[in-house]
Amino acid sequence: MSLNDIGNYETRRTLETFGFLPKMDNNEIQAQVAYILANGWAPAIEHEHPANATDVYWTMWKLPFFGETDMGNVLAELEACHRAFPDHHVRLTGYDSYTQSQGSCFVVFEGRS
Amino acid sequence: MSADKSYKAGVKEYRDKYWTPDYVPLDTDLLACFKVTGQPEVPREEVAAAVAAESSTGTWSTVWSELLTDLEFYKGRAYRIEDVPGDSESFYAFVAYPIDLFEEGSVVNVLTSLVGNVFGFKALKHLRLEDIRFPIAYIKTCGGPPAGIQVERDRLSKYGRPMLGATIKPKLGLSAKNYGRAVYECLRGGLDMTKDDENVNSQPFMRWRDRFEFVGEAIQKAEQETGEKKGHYLNVTAATPEEMYKRAEFAKEVGSPILMHDFLTGGFTANTGLANWCRENGMLLHIHRAMHAVIDRDPEHGIHFRVLAKCLRLSGGDHLHTGTVVGKLEGDRNSTLGFVDQLRESFVPEDRSRGVFFDQDWGSLPGVFAVASGGIHVWHMPALVTIFGDDSMLQFGGGTQGHPWGNAAGACANRVALEASVKARNEGRVIEKEARDILTEAARTSPELAIAMETWKEIKFEFETVDKLDVN
Repeated sequence: MSLNDIGNYETRRTLETFGFLPKMDNNEIQAQVAYILANGWAPAIEHEHPANATDVYWTMWKLPFFGETDMGNVLAELEACHRAFPDHHVRLTGYDSYTQSQGSCFVVFEGRS
Repeated sequence: MSADKSYKAGVKEYRDKYWTPDYVPLDTDLLACFKVTGQPEVPREEVAAAVAAESSTGTWSTVWSELLTDLEFYKGRAYRIEDVPGDSESFYAFVAYPIDLFEEGSVVNVLTSLVGNVFGFKALKHLRLEDIRFPIAYIKTCGGPPAGIQVERDRLSKYGRPMLGATIKPKLGLSAKNYGRAVYECLRGGLDMTKDDENVNSQPFMRWRDRFEFVGEAIQKAEQETGEKKGHYLNVTAATPEEMYKRAEFAKEVGSPILMHDFLTGGFTANTGLANWCRENGMLLHIHRAMHAVIDRDPEHGIHFRVLAKCLRLSGGDHLHTGTVVGKLEGDRNSTLGFVDQLRESFVPEDRSRGVFFDQDWGSLPGVFAVASGGIHVWHMPALVTIFGDDSMLQFGGGTQGHPWGNAAGACANRVALEASVKARNEGRVIEKEARDILTEAARTSPELAIAMETWKEIKFEFETVDKLDVN
């Protein structure tokens, strides 16, 4: 293999799950919300300034949406959080109260750093 | 004098005392299922009773001192015999052991009885311990995983997907600084963790202390640059417990969140002690299983891995190698799923189709991540995500570091493949069947993945499994 065939890999600053995939479009985001709801997990939204992205706790947007089953409501809240904090990362989690863990967690909107 | 309370020297038939087909096991009994192949001409009941006797209170001859205690209270009982599907020579013997036969919190003591002298017993041709039902009362005396799945996820902030790792290669011969370079490259490329090979302890080419220091630097740099949590399983398996603890202390000092132990070559005593140390020191514990195939691969003799896995969950570990089903190492799919459940679930019902002989209630014991490692590459990713689910650690050694652009690009390729598989699964796609489409789509925006797919497109490991489940 010649040197011309070897790519130079540049380190990426990523935000954990789905951080290596291209930005999701609306349909793709909807599919992930549907997955969270189908599992019976509580959707929850958190946001944080990119400078603090490695903090364990991000700021909660309202409260986790316990018992929510309407995908439209979840998407609307994501948009509302993003509009209120356009500079912040906004992540969606699917909270699983049985395991006290998150069955799903990914950043939907990346803030401008 | 009543007949059964008086002392008569001599050799009795085991079945007089240890074959009790009417016995109803207690909730507190420890139950075992053995696959037994007796010598010809010896009745099954006698063989089963001999196994129960020799693994509990009995010996070959009657002794007077038996009458100083109430052996009815302490003896193991063979209470059921079943045919083995597809094997006319062997049978399953079910034995119930009273809980007081065993020291609390000691899988060492349980194994010393159940798989001790009885395995060399001349009346048997072969003997295999297929499964153990640990009573919840006994489980509550064991420490178990130092952290468990939920705590590990919270410490590392990794959710909704399997974690990704790699064993550093070449497994022997690198200097500490070169080894740290290989670690750093993997971690900056997108792996969550890397792993010492099990053979790496503290050899002349790389002493443990030097390795730990360079690896510590690699972890910190990768964390700063990627913004993600990273780790490397520093292998603290050592010749003595004293040395093991010394290495564990230093692993903590250099900032790794996790260390590693080989539970069979190191032994359960060392493992349980190290698990306790990890719990007290906030460290995660990765468990490798060198020597397991010596013990568990022969379908007629030894100990099934599901028993070793159960014992490890009791002794303590946060990750345990389970095989890959699809890679270069032995592993039947249903059987593997059977013991993966034992690692992760809080209750596992009897399911003969997965080789599970008993209901097993794990109580409040935390779960253990299943580790799939050995001869796997990006093409296997959709199958691995399907088989092992999110609570697993998928490790690609050659499949990361064999990438034509190097470790970082190899790590990136695996991470892209993993995330594409998880995303597609969440969208409701059948990812094992649609593997080619899913990976091909993902590779459109990832040249690293495209090259990995080209590199490993022809590699398959299709051999028959030696240790299959017993079926007709």
